[in-house]
Amino acid sequence: MLRFSRSKIIATVAIIVIGLLLAVPSAMNREQRQAYLNAIPSWVPHWLVPSRAIVLGLDLQGGSHVLLEVDAQDLLRGQVTILRDDVRRILRDTRVSSQNGIQTVPRGVQIRVPDAADRDRLMPRLRELSQPIGNAMLGQAGGNAVEINTTPDGVITLTYTEAGINERIRRAVDQSIEVVRRRIDFGGTTEPSIQRQGADRILVQVPGLQDPQQLKTLLGETGNLEFRLLAQPGATDVDMLPMEDQGGQRVPVERRVIAEGGDLTDAQPAFDSQSHQPIVNFRFNIRGAQRFGQATTENLGRQLAIVLDNRVISAPTIQSPITGGSGQISGSFTVEQVNNLAVLLRSGALPAKLTIVEERTVGPGLGRDSIQAGKTATYVAGIFVIIFMFATYGLFGLFANIALLVHVGLIFGLMSVLEATLTLPGIAGIVLTIGTAVDSNVLIYERIREEFKAGRSMVSAIQAGFDRAFATIVDSNSTMAIAAVILFFLGSGPVRGFAVVFILGILTTVLTAVTLTRMMIALWYHWMRPKALPF
Amino acid sequence: MRLVRLWPENSHFDFMRFRRFSFPLSAVISILTALMLFSGGLNFGIDFRGGTLMEIQAKSGQANVGQIRQTAEGFGFGDVEVQEFGAAGEVSLRFPIQSGGEAAQAAVVQKARDTFGNDYEFRRVETVGPRVSGELVQSGTIGVVLSVIAVLFYLWFRFERELAIASIIGTLHDIVLTIGFFVITRHEFNMTSIAAILTIVGYSLNETVVVFDRTRELMRRYKTMPAEELLNLSINHTMSRTVMTAATTALSLLALVLFGGQAIQGFAQVMLYGVVICTYSAICISSPMLIYIGLRGSETVKVPEGSRAAAAE
Repeated sequence: MLRFSRSKIIATVAIIVIGLLLAVPSAMNREQRQAYLNAIPSWVPHWLVPSRAIVLGLDLQGGSHVLLEVDAQDLLRGQVTILRDDVRRILRDTRVSSQNGIQTVPRGVQIRVPDAADRDRLMPRLRELSQPIGNAMLGQAGGNAVEINTTPDGVITLTYTEAGINERIRRAVDQSIEVVRRRIDFGGTTEPSIQRQGADRILVQVPGLQDPQQLKTLLGETGNLEFRLLAQPGATDVDMLPMEDQGGQRVPVERRVIAEGGDLTDAQPAFDSQSHQPIVNFRFNIRGAQRFGQATTENLGRQLAIVLDNRVISAPTIQSPITGGSGQISGSFTVEQVNNLAVLLRSGALPAKLTIVEERTVGPGLGRDSIQAGKTATYVAGIFVIIFMFATYGLFGLFANIALLVHVGLIFGLMSVLEATLTLPGIAGIVLTIGTAVDSNVLIYERIREEFKAGRSMVSAIQAGFDRAFATIVDSNSTMAIAAVILFFLGSGPVRGFAVVFILGILTTVLTAVTLTRMMIALWYHWMRPKALPF
Repeated sequence: MRLVRLWPENSHFDFMRFRRFSFPLSAVISILTALMLFSGGLNFGIDFRGGTLMEIQAKSGQANVGQIRQTAEGFGFGDVEVQEFGAAGEVSLRFPIQSGGEAAQAAVVQKARDTFGNDYEFRRVETVGPRVSGELVQSGTIGVVLSVIAVLFYLWFRFERELAIASIIGTLHDIVLTIGFFVITRHEFNMTSIAAILTIVGYSLNETVVVFDRTRELMRRYKTMPAEELLNLSINHTMSRTVMTAATTALSLLALVLFGGQAIQGFAQVMLYGVVICTYSAICISSPMLIYIGLRGSETVKVPEGSRAAAAE
């Protein structure tokens, strides 16, 4: 029998109304949404009010998508340097000398200590370097970060294990995310999103950003700042570093570091009061101030070397001891350069270089055009299908059309709640589901028609039509779901947006095309008592 | 009101006869596709090939394509593809991937922005480095392979062996012909194309499943009917639905092709073609295939729960 219990009707209508209400905020623009939220009386609990709107993908609202990768080679190089420094320190502490110094091997260092007694003194200290990975408190067993191998003739090799490197990369990504977050500071109007992606990547998305050049410049620098001294003639422990002022000519710089970026508490762009040149003012923490004060007192008249990422960016002469804990970096900088430098110094150094492996930027004009085109296509497709269904199935077509509109509304409602991102392929997905959603109705109606022709009464034909078509509807939707789910897991960004719409569309179509249509037909039958099918 | 009927009622069309044309036709097209795939190949977009794609629009509304091409070729970033599209002075530039790893790609964008930034608005800039493009190729391939495997599993659970074999042949046929469309039209093949292929896999399966559901139902009702007659009956029974659904889906896609904008047009065109191919293959490839595979090969006919209840009614 074509009967719908009252409770079932209420439940269906309630689900649909709630679903459609959830879509309401997405139909408004920012100001309207604010006005609407303000208009809700304060005694209404805020979780009751649908307030979330669909997030537009960067391809629709315009903006920049930059995928960064932690440079594992660079990171490993840094780690090997640390390991080498540690080994050198231990050799010095234990007064053991390596026969051929400290050699660099892939992923580690090698020393040669032929004397067994020396080795016995050395080994316990070296083993301290090979800490276990992970948090020992949590009892995570993960092997050691550094592996130590010894040959009988006294060659000792310390190398980072695979797990050790992966652990370092993981930590480097975490640290980098923090640094990147501090560096991206575009006035706070648009919320940049910064996420870890995979093992060694960071995805940065900045809505509204048109030219990511400044972003790329900022993220392209490691930001490792060191205050050292220019070496005097004849000094031995020096690095030859390019000097920025003099066209990259290399100058000798002492290896000893007086103070470093980590000792800074603040850095601000400013103008020099006399020369009106753009400069960066900085302030040291207590440790940095002490060390800087001492070094400048002892080295009056010598030239300081301010080294950023192994480039000397400024080499001022120490004219008086700087004991107040603040100073300035001057040089031939542009305003943009000092702004960037100040941001770099404030945000701290990246643990390793970040490489841009993918960039996608959409201008706001194209985004607007895409939304407009998407809207037009959706309306046109809707009108095509609605007219077509009505022309074919008459009143039943009308029912299917109502179900279709509800279906699209529900997709928007669900996407709002799930805070899913609507992308341009997502819009294509909506348009496509407009075409495929009515498939369920078509299957049912054609079956009803067949059953009716086969001699059943009208009620029994409608009943049988729904029942028999249902198995096929489940089939046909699961086949589509297979493709959509695979796409969801493989695709990224825009393509994933398409998969989301498609999956949600499959879910809602069962509710609208089957349950809602059936309810409408049942009510129509009970009110009108028709004698014949309307198609 | 007189309602529209796209397909006549009580049709008794002999669809199985088509196989004399459709089998050789599809075979020839498939072989041609394979040959062209190995000789010319697909026109890979930057997703899979790496490189830089830019879409710029003349601020004056009038783009000087010749000059852009000449200037861009002078950059020394290799062969540049410059194309005018759309109405209002829009031009796309495609630079090949630069040697020198991930970092080398950024120079292209910088140079182009510096050169064209004054006269043109940069509407889209995409740079894909060698590593990411390699991964996208991998995930695209995995996606298509995985979907075929998933389809196989689905069919294995859902249908008798014969029906499952016939519909997987149909699905593979549709994938091959879709790739053929890309090869012949030189349509750009990118991640969105993979989305289109996967959607077509879904649609293709959908079409065969609707027909085969009916075939199975009729098999139980007419135990002695010859395969050819049974298949013709199944298709005739489901034809009005097939035509309706193909029509509504095609209409929606037509709206996308006409109004969806340049960025989505390619996808919509492929899908539109896919709908035609899937409908064709369900009727002219998968179904007649059963005549050769043998419709009643296995004596143990699986009857799913739902259909058994319906049959007992």
